[in-house]
Amino acid sequence: MKELFQLFFSFARIGGFTFGGGYAMLPMLQKEIVEKYGWVTEDELMDYYAIGQCTPGIIAVNTATFVGYKLKRVPGAIVATLGVIAPSIVIITLIAAFLQNFAELAVVKHAFNGIRAAVCVLIFNAVTKLAKKSVIDKVTLGICIVVVVLSMFTSVSPAIMVILAGGAGYLAKRLNRQEGEK
Amino acid sequence: MGELLQLAFEFFKTGLFAVGGGLATLPFLYAMGEKTGWFTSTDVADMIAISESTPGPMGINMATYVGFASFGIVGALVGPLALVLPSLIVIVLISQILNKFKESQVVQDVFYGLRPASTGLIIAAGIGVARIALLYEDVFAQTRDIFQLFNYKGILLAVGIYILTNNKKIKPHPILVIVIAAVLGIIFKF
Repeated sequence: MKELFQLFFSFARIGGFTFGGGYAMLPMLQKEIVEKYGWVTEDELMDYYAIGQCTPGIIAVNTATFVGYKLKRVPGAIVATLGVIAPSIVIITLIAAFLQNFAELAVVKHAFNGIRAAVCVLIFNAVTKLAKKSVIDKVTLGICIVVVVLSMFTSVSPAIMVILAGGAGYLAKRLNRQEGEK
Repeated sequence: MGELLQLAFEFFKTGLFAVGGGLATLPFLYAMGEKTGWFTSTDVADMIAISESTPGPMGINMATYVGFASFGIVGALVGPLALVLPSLIVIVLISQILNKFKESQVVQDVFYGLRPASTGLIIAAGIGVARIALLYEDVFAQTRDIFQLFNYKGILLAVGIYILTNNKKIKPHPILVIVIAAVLGIIFKF
């Protein structure tokens, strides 16, 4: 029971301070659920992100569901999911009810411009940590570069890229083993 | 009651078919507004602005806003809950399958390819945020003056945050970093 509470509040903290989409959640996830509680490993986190790209729904929510399920099965999945969406529901309801012009407020804009500068640094820190574990040889470096270029300069869906990358990884490993047997 | 059920159904559908994050829900929202008349496309534009200037996953923010605008507090609960229900079910099923085949060589080989792809997607997203936060690309496109391309305040703050976060002794929590950045943004009118 105590762990379910921890799960809820940990994901509520993550949901309440994620600015700029699911990927911006990464630094927070690393800190809270990998470093602080040790609920999942960095490798598992990457797997969840990748799978979350090709399944329906929002990546942030999908990742929360994965972590919750790993810890406490279905109750954990539900609690983590509710945790990550709870702050949004409260904050947006308050804004919609009382602050229709919220997005136009100068103070909000200034705060957000500051937050964005911080978020790109946080993402950079988080992703260099991940890359050390995921980009380990020529094949994985190639996959990573192709994905960055495709996402920056084309509108290929991330889901397609992830599926192709999975296929490429499988083929590369198999060819490698065949070479080894010869 | 009938309309609430319809709201739940519409968001369930969106959650089931919108693959790949908050922006993927947009086409569904436009279609929903047109079909039901609950909100207009101008409302959707307002919702995007608000969802982008509040914490939390954008898709959830939009669902809450639409739900509240159309049906009050009950709608604000029903919208996001219906939106996450499909992915909750799908992810639980996938987790069960993964647990069964975790040790299989095929799954491990596939993950060997998935992990760098996942890393690449995050790098691209980070570059996207950096372009908005650190550059004035729209100003540069008009003036063609290279000195106007850079957001000096933003870059200065980013460098400061980089030094702070990579200091082995301090290791501040990301939440603290975000709060500091917001406060500095307000004080120095970013």
